[in-house]
Amino acid sequence: MIAFLVRRLLQAIAVMAVVALCAFFMFQFVGDPVNQMVGEDATKADREYLRESLGLNDPIPVQFGKFALKAAQGDFGVSYQHKRAVSTLIVERMPATLELAVTAAILAALLGVPAGVYTGLRRFGFTSKLIMTLSLIGISLPTFLIGILLIYLFAVILGWLPSFGRGEIVKIGAWETNFLSVSGLKSIILPAITLALFQMTFIMRLIRSEMLEVLRADFIKFARARGLPNRAVHYGHALKNTLVPVITIIGLQLGSLIAFAIITETVFQWPGMGQLFLQAVQVVDIPIMSAYLILIAFFFVVINLIVDMLYYVVDPRLRVDQPSGGGGHG
Amino acid sequence: MPEAPVGPPSVWHRIWDSDIFYSFRSSKITMVAAFLTALIFLLAIFAPLVAPHSPYDVATVDLMDAELPPAWEAEGDPRFLLGTDNLGRDLWSTILFGTRISLAVGFLSVIFGLVVGVSLGLVSGYVGGYVDSFIMRVAEIQLSIPGILIALLLAGTLRGVLSAEAYNDAIVYVLVLTIGTSIWPQFARTVRGSTLVERNKEYVLAARVIGLSRFSIMWRHVLPNVMGPVLVIATINLAIAILSEATLSFLGVGVPPTEPSLGTLINEGQNYLFSGLWWITIFPGMVLAVLVLAVNLLGDWLRDALNPKLR
Repeated sequence: MIAFLVRRLLQAIAVMAVVALCAFFMFQFVGDPVNQMVGEDATKADREYLRESLGLNDPIPVQFGKFALKAAQGDFGVSYQHKRAVSTLIVERMPATLELAVTAAILAALLGVPAGVYTGLRRFGFTSKLIMTLSLIGISLPTFLIGILLIYLFAVILGWLPSFGRGEIVKIGAWETNFLSVSGLKSIILPAITLALFQMTFIMRLIRSEMLEVLRADFIKFARARGLPNRAVHYGHALKNTLVPVITIIGLQLGSLIAFAIITETVFQWPGMGQLFLQAVQVVDIPIMSAYLILIAFFFVVINLIVDMLYYVVDPRLRVDQPSGGGGHG
Repeated sequence: MPEAPVGPPSVWHRIWDSDIFYSFRSSKITMVAAFLTALIFLLAIFAPLVAPHSPYDVATVDLMDAELPPAWEAEGDPRFLLGTDNLGRDLWSTILFGTRISLAVGFLSVIFGLVVGVSLGLVSGYVGGYVDSFIMRVAEIQLSIPGILIALLLAGTLRGVLSAEAYNDAIVYVLVLTIGTSIWPQFARTVRGSTLVERNKEYVLAARVIGLSRFSIMWRHVLPNVMGPVLVIATINLAIAILSEATLSFLGVGVPPTEPSLGTLINEGQNYLFSGLWWITIFPGMVLAVLVLAVNLLGDWLRDALNPKLR
């Protein structure tokens, strides 16, 4: 177990080093940071002074060392566009994105799991086929189009829900939340549905195919032979056995939730990290882009690490071929 | 098939007789999907002949015609079947030309990703060792990050490297590069897997014994035997690539409004949604959704038809 963990951890560190190197090269070769920071009328001496004080004349390995050290402490420099520290900008925007992503994830799980179980059990029923067809459309419609259609229907035609922004925000300490005002709650409905739809269809299809597989297994037949009620067989045996792969894959899907949040936030002008990143891409604001790259990579590495460990804990077969592996775990 | 094949049967003969074609003929949904895909492809390819107006020809565009609703609405103009956009361009023509750009970017991206992915997968599986672990680690890392994020980061970086003008001029190549880069790992992983199986077969050993170089063994002997699953991945990724292009253009880092793709059109139209000009967004959106759905259905069918487990 320890050897496995250490190996995984070393891999994770290697990945982060490579990503940091990519981010660093973006800084080095995309545009001149000095030009971005001073005005048109700056003298040559001013520029040279700034260049020296930023450490841009140091050897490249030294610069990379400094960059990595700062990044590890959460210091990603100053945004060219906003003229403020990138870390502050990201921290400010983070609550909006997290609230949106978590709401969407909960929505997706609450609707996706039952729909998947239902379509898996009543494979040939009319409702199941309807749900499956609708889910195919859900997968084929791009996120931004779903958002626009929802806006058109609920904001333009019906006028029930706001189409952009977060509504009235309540501050709790440094955290700005949507959940404590009526307009805030109304504002989060459409973006959350937009973001959740793809995840929901994904979870549903996954659970359905896993259910179909598990329901064919011998232990299900045995459970039926023992005369257990359908409910116990379906939920106690079948669903429980589908959850292992489902949980890991849902974990890995958290990443795509963040990616799609960029799109959703743009459609609904939701002031989160995704919108910050997209605006940075549009005006080539390298500090924000590289900070986002490092942050996302870190996020993914951590998720992967957790998922790997979960596999190890959950699936006893993985432990068999490692004699030093912890027999007493799980 | 009239002529009896002499020696090995002709390609067409084999296609007609194959299980795959049989499963195609017996699935109605697949046939509809294939018909829609072919229709959209043909309309896009022959857009200059089919389109009643040329959206790129400034002389034929009149701002007086701007924001007209579709022809069947009260204020519609019979000259403009689906209405006009904010600049007075005929929406039907613009959609035809836009689909052309979307499809071109989609196809080229898949070809780029396929060439890169298949080559790296082949080398990875055949050479093995450090080369293999390096390529596969990179692929794994990339696979765990959503493609659209990678494409956005690459597009942003290229924006910084190129000037705004050069970026817009080279936008098709930029998109092909970014989208292609975001999809190569799937090809690489699949091809590596089948290469690992093929490399120990007798024909490869025989080729090595007669002294062929590594390159020609990989290229001429292994490659043809690992290409089967690549077709399926390519089809599914075509849908993904078309969506990626639309998304990038929608987010404003793709094709500029002067020569709009479907995504750009949807983005432009979104600004006019509140003024009630729904057609600028909805029609391109419908074309995009139908196209992606049809290609997805074809990909699903191909995957099942080629999967021996499901026969």
